[in-house]
Amino acid sequence: MTAMLRAWAAALALAFACVAAAPSLAAPTFPPLSGPVVDQAQVLPAPVQADIAAKILALQQKTGDQLVVVTLSSLQGYPIEDYGYQLGRAWGIGEKGKNNGVLFIVVPSQHQVRIEAGYGLEPILTDALSNVILQQAVLPKFRAGDVPGGVAAGTDAIVQQLGLDPAEAQARVQAAAQQAAQAPPDAGGHAVPLFLILIVIFLIVRMLTGGRGGGLWALPFLFMGGGYRGGFGGRDDGFGGGGFSGGGGSFGGGGSSGSW
Amino acid sequence: MAATLLVAGCGINTIPTEQEQAKAAWGEVQNQYQRRADLVPNLVATVQGYAQQEKSVLVQVTQARAQATHVSVDASTITDPAKFHEYEQAQNQLSGVLGHLLAITENYPDLKSNENFLALQSQLEGTENRIAIARRDYNEAVRVYNTELRTFPGVIWARTVYSSAQPMQTFAATPEAQAAPKVSFPPPAANP
Repeated sequence: MTAMLRAWAAALALAFACVAAAPSLAAPTFPPLSGPVVDQAQVLPAPVQADIAAKILALQQKTGDQLVVVTLSSLQGYPIEDYGYQLGRAWGIGEKGKNNGVLFIVVPSQHQVRIEAGYGLEPILTDALSNVILQQAVLPKFRAGDVPGGVAAGTDAIVQQLGLDPAEAQARVQAAAQQAAQAPPDAGGHAVPLFLILIVIFLIVRMLTGGRGGGLWALPFLFMGGGYRGGFGGRDDGFGGGGFSGGGGSFGGGGSSGSW
Repeated sequence: MAATLLVAGCGINTIPTEQEQAKAAWGEVQNQYQRRADLVPNLVATVQGYAQQEKSVLVQVTQARAQATHVSVDASTITDPAKFHEYEQAQNQLSGVLGHLLAITENYPDLKSNENFLALQSQLEGTENRIAIARRDYNEAVRVYNTELRTFPGVIWARTVYSSAQPMQTFAATPEAQAAPKVSFPPPAANP
């Protein structure tokens, strides 16, 4: 009997090890998400950075949309569109489910710039509009050699578009109302419900097997609970505490690129 | 009872879960291809106004679009190599002629300064980009799903409970796909 239980525990451990092993894509390396402005290429003076960061945080407070301005020293051989969406996914910019993140990527060494809109913002920050922002507000300044000015102008244009859309504000109110009516946000994701279900199953099993001797059943379940939580935990909404982080938003290639 | 618990822990749900993920990714691919197809008539109409002598290319684009939208897609498309290939070929064909059309528009300065055309061009560029990403996400989802079908413990369920689950097809990185419309913005000016 004990040997059998041990075999089951081993089988369960094996199964969950399989699930936990996440598939990995060959991906470029990304700079750490240090704040709303990630100046890897070191082209933005401190006052400009502070100014942009304040605008971004104000927008985030107001609409929940998360904008990150990033300057890169290199694209590591990837096209900017390719690098951009992967960076957005890696950082998880925007809220999970809403996918309302935007990246404003500038690569001065390769004279390339891109606005990368998250899935959820594609209808507001459309490809055509992103292109207009780049062509009218950003690229003229970049061509004149004013990278900080172009970045600031582009940020202003994006912030303005995301902040001043009444239809979008309306949609947000409705979405927020629906969400509030449904449920408060859960901290542990799917781990808690699954764990509760397992406990219930465990209790039923104990009842059926007559209580005594059922104690060992708990071992694989506890293991499962831990494994599941480890794989999916750590969700972060990007607003709490002093740190700045992504909320798990995803990107599908919306936006526009330009070069100068 | 014990058997039920055992199989639940052994990933009996993995195949259906990954199958649904792959189907969702496939839906996104179709969605983006459809979006491109929707842009084409407008693009053709705009270009026509400025470049009537390029009629043959415009006809080719219109025909390729018609072909791409007429390939019937149903639930079996992703598991049937022949159907999948047909779909992929038709879309690649459209990619090819669209690329050709956009290359030609470089010769028409009036067209290139038309705002409507510029908007269409950026939309088309964005759509091509989304198609590339949707295809890659789909390929990845299918890779995970197909691997599950062939590796332990999934292979046990694939042969028993889910014997109807077929491996899905993936997109190949064809030369045509790589030559997808490359929309170029004003050439990099001399560095000031």
